[in-house]
Amino acid sequence: MRPSPRRLLNILVPVKRAVDYSVKIRVNPQQTGIDTNVKHSMNPFDEIAVEEAVRLREKHKESIKSIRAVTIGPSKSLDTLRTALALGADSAIHVQIPDTAPSPEPLAVAKTLRSIIQKKNAEASGEGDKIDLVILGKQAIDDDLGVTGQMLAGLMGWSQATFASKLEVDEGKQEVLVTREIDGGGEEIRCKLPLVVTTDLRLNEPRYASLPNIMKAKKKPIEKLTPEDVGVDFTPQLETVKVSEPPTRVGGGKVANVDELIAKLKDAGLA
Amino acid sequence: MLRESVRRFAVDVVEPKVREMDENESMDPLIIKGLFEQGLMGIETSYERGGAGGSFTSAIIAIEELAKIDPSVSVLCDVHNTLVNTVIRKYGNEEQQEKWLPQLAESKLGSFCLSETSSGSDAFALKTRAKKDGSHWLINGSKMWITNSYEAEIFLIFANIDPSKGYKGITCFIATKDMGIKIAKKEQKLGIRASSTCTLDFDDLRIPEENIIGGEGKGYKIAIEILNEGRIGIAAQMLGLAQGAFDKAVPYTYQREQFGQPVGTFQGMAFQIAQAAIDLEAARLLTYNAARLKEEGLPFTKEAAMAKYWSSVVAQKVSGSAIEWAGGIGFTRETGIEKFWRDSKIGAIYEGTSNIQLQTIAKFIQKEYS
Repeated sequence: MRPSPRRLLNILVPVKRAVDYSVKIRVNPQQTGIDTNVKHSMNPFDEIAVEEAVRLREKHKESIKSIRAVTIGPSKSLDTLRTALALGADSAIHVQIPDTAPSPEPLAVAKTLRSIIQKKNAEASGEGDKIDLVILGKQAIDDDLGVTGQMLAGLMGWSQATFASKLEVDEGKQEVLVTREIDGGGEEIRCKLPLVVTTDLRLNEPRYASLPNIMKAKKKPIEKLTPEDVGVDFTPQLETVKVSEPPTRVGGGKVANVDELIAKLKDAGLA
Repeated sequence: MLRESVRRFAVDVVEPKVREMDENESMDPLIIKGLFEQGLMGIETSYERGGAGGSFTSAIIAIEELAKIDPSVSVLCDVHNTLVNTVIRKYGNEEQQEKWLPQLAESKLGSFCLSETSSGSDAFALKTRAKKDGSHWLINGSKMWITNSYEAEIFLIFANIDPSKGYKGITCFIATKDMGIKIAKKEQKLGIRASSTCTLDFDDLRIPEENIIGGEGKGYKIAIEILNEGRIGIAAQMLGLAQGAFDKAVPYTYQREQFGQPVGTFQGMAFQIAQAAIDLEAARLLTYNAARLKEEGLPFTKEAAMAKYWSSVVAQKVSGSAIEWAGGIGFTRETGIEKFWRDSKIGAIYEGTSNIQLQTIAKFIQKEYS
């Protein structure tokens, strides 16, 4: 019996240009969102995603045929793609939306990713060139929505493994063993390719983009697409009614003894 | 992106060790290793030779970002890149570049040995001698104030092969530690304490003749031209230093309250902070402009001297103010603000004293106007 041909993995890593983790977030004057005139960088969970793709290549070598990064964003998102290239992605795709457009919603993002995967897979010269693994961050740190990965898996009818803290690819069986972070601890699941994985914090610690890799990244190809090219309408379906800061924390008080504590609790109607 | 990447490395890897290295007057070998791993030790070296294939300005930016966290680490990177690497790249023949650049980009630290006990500003009054011995040269003498020398494995040594020719006998030799270079003394300094500064002794140091860089008697030209570029590197270091001090002290002034308001909001303080910011911006533009002129192949000697001079002045001023803005805690070693002030003093001294810079600039002006 002929052994089945070793299928090559083609990985897609969507990345988002999000508010940098070190920024002190402020609500905008209209109370419709946060002040976005601040430092942005690649969403940390997406860095973990790129790092994981690169580590898979370091482990499985030629079995990882391609690592493509993709982003949907304004012109500044190009920097985010360059970072992904500097970390080790082979090529990138930029779906450019106007600089003034609001941040795309998860469903629009998921639909765009589906469109790109379908397009690339239709153009693919063989089974071995089709995108079969998508690694995304579990959520973006500016909106904390955490649904894009799940929506994409649903739209594509693919397996999904979210909140991954460990990833092992079994080339022979075309399966991926994923350890997921759940409330009670860890859950191990065996998933068939094609697969959508979302990364959790403990999956890995991303490397620094070294200077030679940053220089190399300048030569890697970036494909530009428009919303029309991917056939997705980015008009927001949700309207944020109000965003407000949490109430300022009021100081506590000290009590002299247990009796006083009980008296105070009774006064507050809690005992 | 380069700036961001160097900054991240500086904050994550270097910053936790800054105080310890300063107190111990010693550079952590892991930091040197980290710099090599990040590709920061062969910034302008070609990709084929193990470098990053970057531009001079990218080296300047890397030096600046490192200095914001630790000027000692910054000067290590600066000397290695703008002096050692560049000399070999510019004046070395193909074999020398092929042999030395990869080592310098990947793992071996370099050192630039010009100054001596009796020759600093008057660099070409150097006394180290080289005598021909068959297919080798024997070097005798000693060098002083040599940065990186404690950890370095590769040394560029300037020695005179024919004192009767005066400065025209000065020749640049490349040597390795194991040829017999001795560290006579490690200096205990006021600032940039983690950066090693040693006196080196050469006692019949035997160097093969193929280790002459640029040809016999070309050492003067090499040194003059390279120190010109190196000046912009120091300007970047001082600029980063000043910015680092500013970045540490100013946020504190908006938190520390006295008389019911943050001290940084008192008009007197606000004006001082604004003036420091202006000085910083001027230093930044002088530095970047000098780098730009150099990259465009235009004359840049005067502008490089101005940048180095001004950046070192601003570094002293701003770091001194930073201590005062932070008040008592600015004076303690714990916050690291005072370190910037101690580190800044060398800016007016090394790679061309401030008086030498002024003399250089004055000569240009005299030529232009008379």
